[in-house]
Amino acid sequence: MTKYDDLTEFLLRLGDSALIQAQRLCEWTGRAPALEEELGMMNVGLDLVGQARNWYDYAAERINDGTDADALAFRRDERAFRNLLLVEQPNGDFAVTMTKQFFYDAWQFHVLTLLKNANDEHIAAIATKSLKEVTYHLRRSSQWVERLGDGTDESHQRMVNAIDTVWRFTFELVEQNDTEWSLSEAGHIPALTELPELWHATVSEVFTNATLTVPDAASTFYLSARTGMHSEHLGLLLAEMQFLQRAYPDASW
Amino acid sequence: MQAGELIVTDQLGRPGDKTDIQRAYSVLEDVMDPEVPVVSVMDLGIVRDVGWTDGHLYVVVTPTYSGCPATEYIETSIREALQEAGFAHPHITQSLDPAWTTDWITDQGRNRLKAYGIAPPVGSSNKRTLLSGITQVECPNCGSDDTEQLSEFGSTACKSLYRCKSCLEPFDYFKCI
Ligand SMILES: [Zn+2]
Repeated sequence: MTKYDDLTEFLLRLGDSALIQAQRLCEWTGRAPALEEELGMMNVGLDLVGQARNWYDYAAERINDGTDADALAFRRDERAFRNLLLVEQPNGDFAVTMTKQFFYDAWQFHVLTLLKNANDEHIAAIATKSLKEVTYHLRRSSQWVERLGDGTDESHQRMVNAIDTVWRFTFELVEQNDTEWSLSEAGHIPALTELPELWHATVSEVFTNATLTVPDAASTFYLSARTGMHSEHLGLLLAEMQFLQRAYPDASW
Repeated sequence: MQAGELIVTDQLGRPGDKTDIQRAYSVLEDVMDPEVPVVSVMDLGIVRDVGWTDGHLYVVVTPTYSGCPATEYIETSIREALQEAGFAHPHITQSLDPAWTTDWITDQGRNRLKAYGIAPPVGSSNKRTLLSGITQVECPNCGSDDTEQLSEFGSTACKSLYRCKSCLEPFDYFKCI
């Protein structure tokens, strides 16, 4: 299987995470608890699809073998996807959905804030653009975590269960990795050394307001998005998301 | 001043010049946003540059939101409007940097939004406004300040949904970004 250069792998990690998170949000179409929440989730999803496309455009330019954003999204297999394990997890109830969204938004917010200052101009431009949108996303998901955590006994319990369900996947949000080290050594992106601390601080602050407890740091386990070792959920998600382009390549309307 | 492309206003055509750039701008004044058809692409501030390159008219456009579904539609509308005005092969390119901000919406654009029933963005898109989320929005229908946010996101990514507590009408607010 193709492994691209470090920078391209990094772009795919950002793009794939945004796309898969967006695809999960789309699953709420027609089922959200309130119309306003449905609009909210679809709008966040739309922003993320756009961000994914920007990362993919740049990745495709680097890969330079005739591929494009659509091909990267719809014609790669599960093992080639580099998205965070967190975002491919099933939506569960609204508490699980919001918990995943919040962890991801906090990660995006801090990653993009650091990447805004990247020497690589493409990365800096996409990060600056995306960050404006993600600031709204984080505000919304933080408010929901606080509202549900500090709400009724039922909503609080559901938040506790939701954190239990997805916390183990957060190890990827705070791990330090060789790819990013070498990218910052080579001067493409700033060092992401502070990322774990920043992410943790945001989670702690919101959880405190939400009367929720931050669990001990999640430990690494055998799955890893970086090597394409995903949970069983990604394959099913891709089967649905990629069906049309696989069955009718280059279909248009 | 570089020679422009052939402008085919009649069968003969002629090379474009500086005044044609002004003409291109005035064509763009009439290209409307498909989602808010009272404001033009110029009102929104998404046209970043117009000029000649290698004998072709170029237009640089920046998207409002990364996932704005109107982006391609707007590009097509711009191209068609320019071709109709006689510009033979306009080059339309996208630029992400600098990122679009609601600060670029013109005064005319703000007035048009308001007249259409959409509250224009309040204040500047600095980080504090974005993070705190506290915005006093004036009702576009009756002018009252006594309004509340119903939802962070409205009918499109660029708007949030508000309600006026004075005239009781719901309305869209074009949020700062
Ligand atoms: Zn009113």
